[in-house]
Amino acid sequence: MIVMLAFVIGGLYAAGLYMMLRRSITKLIIGLSLLSHASNLLIFTTGGLVRARPPIIADGATEIIKPFADPVPQALVLTAIVISFGVTAFALVLLHRTYLTIGTDDLDDLSKTDLAQPERNG
Amino acid sequence: MNTLLILPLITPLMVAAVSFLVWRRKAWQKWLSVGGACMSFVWACALFESVRDGEILTMQAGGWAAPFGISLVADTFAAVMVLLTATMGLAVTIYAVRSIDERRAAFGFYPILQILLMGVTGAFLTGDLFNLYVWFEVMLMSSFVLLALGGERAQIEGGIKYVTINLLSSAIFLAAIGFLYSVTGTLNMADLALKIGALPASLTAPLSVLFLVAFGVKAGLFPLFFWLPASYHTPPAVVSAVFAGLLTKVGVYALIRTFTLIFAFTDVDVDNLLLTLAGLTMVTGGLGALAQTDARRVLSFLIIAHIGVAVMGLGLNSTRALAGTIFYLIEDVIVLTNLFLIVGIMGRVCGTFELARMGGMYRTHPMLGALFLVPAWSLSGVPPFSGFFAKLALVQAGLEVEAYTVVALSLVVGILTLVAMMRLWAEAFWKPSPYVVDAAQDKMQTGKMLLVPVCALSLMSIGLGIGAEAVFGVALTAAGQIDNANGYIEAVLGVRR
Repeated sequence: MIVMLAFVIGGLYAAGLYMMLRRSITKLIIGLSLLSHASNLLIFTTGGLVRARPPIIADGATEIIKPFADPVPQALVLTAIVISFGVTAFALVLLHRTYLTIGTDDLDDLSKTDLAQPERNG
Repeated sequence: MNTLLILPLITPLMVAAVSFLVWRRKAWQKWLSVGGACMSFVWACALFESVRDGEILTMQAGGWAAPFGISLVADTFAAVMVLLTATMGLAVTIYAVRSIDERRAAFGFYPILQILLMGVTGAFLTGDLFNLYVWFEVMLMSSFVLLALGGERAQIEGGIKYVTINLLSSAIFLAAIGFLYSVTGTLNMADLALKIGALPASLTAPLSVLFLVAFGVKAGLFPLFFWLPASYHTPPAVVSAVFAGLLTKVGVYALIRTFTLIFAFTDVDVDNLLLTLAGLTMVTGGLGALAQTDARRVLSFLIIAHIGVAVMGLGLNSTRALAGTIFYLIEDVIVLTNLFLIVGIMGRVCGTFELARMGGMYRTHPMLGALFLVPAWSLSGVPPFSGFFAKLALVQAGLEVEAYTVVALSLVVGILTLVAMMRLWAEAFWKPSPYVVDAAQDKMQTGKMLLVPVCALSLMSIGLGIGAEAVFGVALTAAGQIDNANGYIEAVLGVRR
């Protein structure tokens, strides 16, 4: 299961980075959310993928028996998911504003702030 | 007094929350923010006073013992940074009162600025890596909004670049946290310091590079800085000022924390890599500044150049060098915030930030011209201003370990900064104005209120230069704590509440 998830995470990273390198801003945002999914899934996987092994010390025992499902990464990933949800929402609004203000979905049209003399390109 | 750790965080949060409740009352929001910034300043002063002699305050959130809950830690370094944040917060809030237009204020400029300050303060105070990520996100989200607020074309363009690269760096940071947790089982920084030594270098080396990249993007280190000059000059000057003063410094702070507290206990040695990156950052930033024709972009590149100088101290890796870095950060935060605020006033007067179209300000605003020189010379390292003493400490530390190249580069970047600054001054103040200036109208545009924070910050720069010995003493205390992490670890893990 972990091996399969490793491939899924790797695939998500690859797809996310590929989408980010596209010229369309919409695809850029899809890429960003794929990247955050990859990171979230990565953290989730670090918690250990075991079935029916709650992190509870059995009666009479002093130590927990491995393997068990670590609850910390699940708490972390919950936080990370909420954050990435908020960030994606903001990015979508920004995309909408970009389209309203500049009227383009092409990243190559956004070179104005990178030039030393903005007037040069009109 | 563990409440002291939570007060600088609660205050801006409460101010922002109340401001959102009185959404329609702009004046209330405005003065609430000023009041809140004053209160944060008081708490930060109290926090600094209680740790300046080398004590380390800790607070375990919710009473959960150290490695399990979230720890808030204030050593001298963190307290210094919190004090700087509160000071800059106060300065920019006062500046914003007169410079932020009604439209931006109507969309919640003041509460969002408070949330940004809370995020920065939290990042300085936390002792937990995941919590650091959360504070980073708090800081980033509010900075996204501040950057795009107003919706001008340049702002939107800069915003897209800023958002993209910062989210990418956050994703890398998050992945690094995930990996680190899976191999150590903890995210408390003090606990990590104890546990990471057991790991082989084959695991810690890639981890350290992930953190280096994630924080390097935030700090604006050499190959990763391109987003900074593309976005920092687009929002109003007051937003640029708080970004320039604080946000990149949070990246440097996170670098210092992770590499002195966590990865110092592994076999990984990134010192040479850091020195190389620092050298390249300085040179590209310094040369980039010379090539710019927009006053704010000149400053953006100078931020990068001076991030390089600060990181150089981390790469040199001695107590003296770290003290130099801390002094340098103190100086840098004040000076760069101040410069952006002054350039903001210059832009208001001239109606443009293009150097070619500025000019003649020495005739109409001689005081502003004199005020500009204080941070300009301080940033360049001209004695007796604070930048000189900070760089002196770094250069001495560099010579001690015979890192001649990077020391030479740090001196060159001082000259480049001086040239860039004097070019800016000559263009904006000395050169005759390309237009006929109506002096009476200018007086109206400047506004005395804007000069209050500028004068205060300039006085602070001079004060840091005069009181350099005392400041360096504090920096040495902080560097001693960082260099010998046992005190930090003991304070977090050993002493239970």
